[in-house]
Amino acid sequence: MQKEHQVPIWFFIGLILTAYGVLIFGAGIYGLFHPPERIALSNLHAGIWWGALLLVLGITYSVKFRPSKTAPRPAPEDKSNKKSAS
Amino acid sequence: MNLSPFLAVTGGGSSRLLTMSPVDLLIIIIYFLVVLAIGFYLKKFASTGEDFFMAGRKMTAWVAGLSFISANLSSLETMGWSAMAYQYGMLGAHAYLIGAIPAILFLAVVMMPFYYICRTHSVPGYLKLRYGEASRSLAGISFSFMTVLVCGVNMFAMATVLRLILGWNMHFSIWVSSVTVAIYVSLGGLLSAVFNEVLQFFLIWLGTLLVPILGLYEAGGWTKMIATINAAHPGQNFTSLWANMGSANNNPMGMHWTGMVFGLGLAVSFGYWCTDFLQVQRVMAAKSLRSAQNGTIIGAVLKMCVPLIVTLPGLLGLAILTQKAGITLMPEYQAQATGGHSYNQVLPLLMARYLGPGLLGLGVSAMIAGFMSGMAGNVSAFATVWTYDVYRPLINKKASDAHYVSMGRWCSIIGVLIAIVTAYGAMLFSNILAYLQVLVLLFIVPLFATVILGMLWKQATPAGGFWGFLIGILASFFMFFYVHWFPGYYLPFMEKDIRDLPALAQKIQMAKEPVSQFVVAQMPPDTRKLLDQYVVSEKAGSGPVSLWGRIEEAIKEPNPEVLALRSGIVNAMNAAETNTLYSAERFSAVSLTPEQLALARQKLDGDDLARFNRSLLEKAYPGELARMRRLEATQLNPVHAEQIATSPKAQDMAVNMFSAFWSLLITLGAVIMISLFTEPKPDSEIKDLVYGMAPLPNEGTCAWYAKPTLWAAVVGVILVVVNIIFW
Repeated sequence: MQKEHQVPIWFFIGLILTAYGVLIFGAGIYGLFHPPERIALSNLHAGIWWGALLLVLGITYSVKFRPSKTAPRPAPEDKSNKKSAS
Repeated sequence: MNLSPFLAVTGGGSSRLLTMSPVDLLIIIIYFLVVLAIGFYLKKFASTGEDFFMAGRKMTAWVAGLSFISANLSSLETMGWSAMAYQYGMLGAHAYLIGAIPAILFLAVVMMPFYYICRTHSVPGYLKLRYGEASRSLAGISFSFMTVLVCGVNMFAMATVLRLILGWNMHFSIWVSSVTVAIYVSLGGLLSAVFNEVLQFFLIWLGTLLVPILGLYEAGGWTKMIATINAAHPGQNFTSLWANMGSANNNPMGMHWTGMVFGLGLAVSFGYWCTDFLQVQRVMAAKSLRSAQNGTIIGAVLKMCVPLIVTLPGLLGLAILTQKAGITLMPEYQAQATGGHSYNQVLPLLMARYLGPGLLGLGVSAMIAGFMSGMAGNVSAFATVWTYDVYRPLINKKASDAHYVSMGRWCSIIGVLIAIVTAYGAMLFSNILAYLQVLVLLFIVPLFATVILGMLWKQATPAGGFWGFLIGILASFFMFFYVHWFPGYYLPFMEKDIRDLPALAQKIQMAKEPVSQFVVAQMPPDTRKLLDQYVVSEKAGSGPVSLWGRIEEAIKEPNPEVLALRSGIVNAMNAAETNTLYSAERFSAVSLTPEQLALARQKLDGDDLARFNRSLLEKAYPGELARMRRLEATQLNPVHAEQIATSPKAQDMAVNMFSAFWSLLITLGAVIMISLFTEPKPDSEIKDLVYGMAPLPNEGTCAWYAKPTLWAAVVGVILVVVNIIFW
């Protein structure tokens, strides 16, 4: 019995970083208009660029290691076997 | 308590450091959901023993390396070594340089081939092949129990940290994190643990790296940060790795360089990185020997980078928290007694300073991830060693593979439950915590000595291996107890010696008996005022008596006024001990022992007087005060410490390092001596287990840049260069 293809860990990392990137980037944008109190260097808007970095990393990993790309393609002989069997 | 404006982010007078916004909470919830989802997804890939316990031995070098280093990157580690850097400067970075890299490279180049070609499931499994069943059983049983106990300590520490910095309920922290770990490890085994460790590695770095980046920006760069630290601490050296280690008296650790090199760099480091199965299991699961070796070397490179998120924040704490925010950190016991901030809070304090909404959630997720990766590592290693090295050889030899997988799943759950019990035990008995924190150290050094002799010396015999290992463990325990043993010495009262504060406060405040009148007379007005307020507030009189009540009392957020009262009473008791406490009238209502009455007739002074007075106070308040312990895990006996660590100024770290080195020598000596007089195994039985006899597998040719030895040499050179730069 052939084992099911295992989605690589990098894809999960991509998903969570994408979600985190969206949330942190969004919170950073919100902070532009409602600056957080008592946070040092809030004028640097770290949330925006750190969120953007997470987003880029997340999307890169999600796309590069998406299940449809990492799953092994059926070997040609498998196809011929199927045909002959049928 | 005065918090810095940057930290006064909580309302209602709470002392927690951080308050999170909804987006922060959402980020933490997403983390838990993803971790659980990975566990459920991987269950179908963990159906055989090889899958469940060894992750199918199909990890790539990168996954193995990231998991290898992530299992070690617990939050206790990052917070603890940041605190070290705040206290000792760059000396705190040794744990990531000489205290790790040579050992990791040795594991990759020398030891990994043996672990890999004998196809063992565990380090105790190697002992079985090399020395026999007795050695394996000793290693397996002791490792199993220590692993879950240490897991419980981590759990307790995590709950304490989350209560301190987030104000979270400790029951909530313990149960949510442990149930999550139990679910994902019992479903996917090592595979699930490894997947989550890789995920956690990313979170830990991305959640923490912003702190040193923003900190350096605020400090004006590295040079200005160092200048600020040096200006605030004239005559002290916070930026050198070695320059102040020529004498134990010149550095705050009280450690000579030999302790650092031979204790940390040789004994502890090699024991931890080469034979602690929690670590080794990760790279043993690689898909090939070359992947295992390269994964280990990748781990070494990543380990060398950790000071960026650990040591650097510690230094930034000195430059920014102390100099700009006006916060001075203090030892843990002092912080607990006064409600101040301890060294261990340097990293959370910096997070509170720099991380706004969203980023704070990421930082806290990183912290929780760090705790959970350590717990999952312990649980998965426990499941493997218990099933393969205790249950299968000693209890049920002939079960099916599916039965052992089922046992592994149950072990994961039972291991977590034992850890939870340990965590609650640690809440009630603080001494347990001090003992368990060094437990692994006492065990892994003799294990390393036994394993390495078995690998490199074919004359090592089964009897030599077993008895040498046992003697090494016993020697380690002996040294640990010896430095914490106080025969004939005097230990002043500590805050934890007040077993029943409500009852004691009431007795002293009412001052009906002459002893209480004397104690009250030692109190300054502030403490008397606190005592009066405490008794009037009806907190005094009836202390919690049930087990659950005691737990509830132990986990309550400490009230600064109660802490101050506790300290005030302790100070008054200790002041009374140095005076002439005894008089027949004062102790007429206290039944003293014949020995005490005999001592009362003598003229005592110094420690003898103080010890006698302490015993009188213990008699006067038998239910309220703890008796003086001869063994006190939180204190070092300076005379004994000097005998072990060569300096009376030696601190815990120095004593632990020297003890480890002596333990290594004792074990090596014992294995060699016993082996010289006992029968070795025939060559045919050890041919795949000993250097020079084991044919290394030929994995085919590979490009020069994929050769483990090349990268091991490169990492070794970088290590030397870093040490020279920060000499």
